[in-house]
Amino acid sequence: MKAIVTIMLKNGVLDPQGKAIGQALNNLGYAQVGEVRAGKIIELELTETDPAAAKTAAEDMAKKLLANTVIESFRVEVTA
Amino acid sequence: MMKAAILLFPGINRERDMVLAVRQSFGHEPAIVWHKETALPAGTDLVIIPGGFSFGDYLRCGAMAAQSPIMQAVKAHAARGGYVLGVCNGFQILTEAGLLPGALLRNAGLRFLSMDTMLRVERADTVFTNHWQKGAQFRAPMAHGDGNYTADTATLDRLEGENLVAFRYADGNRNGSARDIAGIFAPNLRVLGLMPHPENLVDPLMGGTDGKPLFDALASV
Repeated sequence: MKAIVTIMLKNGVLDPQGKAIGQALNNLGYAQVGEVRAGKIIELELTETDPAAAKTAAEDMAKKLLANTVIESFRVEVTA
Repeated sequence: MMKAAILLFPGINRERDMVLAVRQSFGHEPAIVWHKETALPAGTDLVIIPGGFSFGDYLRCGAMAAQSPIMQAVKAHAARGGYVLGVCNGFQILTEAGLLPGALLRNAGLRFLSMDTMLRVERADTVFTNHWQKGAQFRAPMAHGDGNYTADTATLDRLEGENLVAFRYADGNRNGSARDIAGIFAPNLRVLGLMPHPENLVDPLMGGTDGKPLFDALASV
């Protein structure tokens, strides 16, 4: 199975990178762009065949290493 | 005299600066300990985690190093009341390892900062800072891209309330750190993490000795 872990800075945590991207998009003429938040996606190939077990394992990995829950939130999506 | 061990992770590049600072104040050579070791040298009193870019700053600064085998020994050392000093990447590693609260985010201005800053000593009654006066200011070089200290409001209030802020930026907050925090102590005052580099000003040949009181204080324990 594949687990896709999406990690974003928590709401309220300043995201200077997102801000800079938003500024650059505005400079390119995309006036409709408001706030931009940048995060990261980590794809994991897992040997698990049970989606629930795969999700639990990936969440555990996110808590221990992939995300720093002091500043980041994450969500896990499992696909075949 | 304290026995010091300096940890070395791949990508760390300030360990020699730290060796020099320790040698100068302590009068003996610190041990260098590779991150794959599972134990500290017998009798280690002080663990120093130097600056650099451990594991290329992959994932988050310090995230990989915090999971290295030696860190279990460092956690046990800290739990026993052992002394730990983390500078720059070392500070980031200590927060990632959960030995100090909060996190270091990308500098608010997104720029890597390579310049001197002034630090204010917030308390002078600790083994790290008792060679300064409370409120004293000293110069320290900064060299970091991720020095923007952050924590939730409750944690920041606790740090202030328990008087655990070690140093604050005194001449402008260039990286956006919450409450101008440049360094913090653990509650037992035996773990210190800070972003600027006192070890880079310990000899007149370096342009000053502003950082030497930190190492002299540790040497006098």
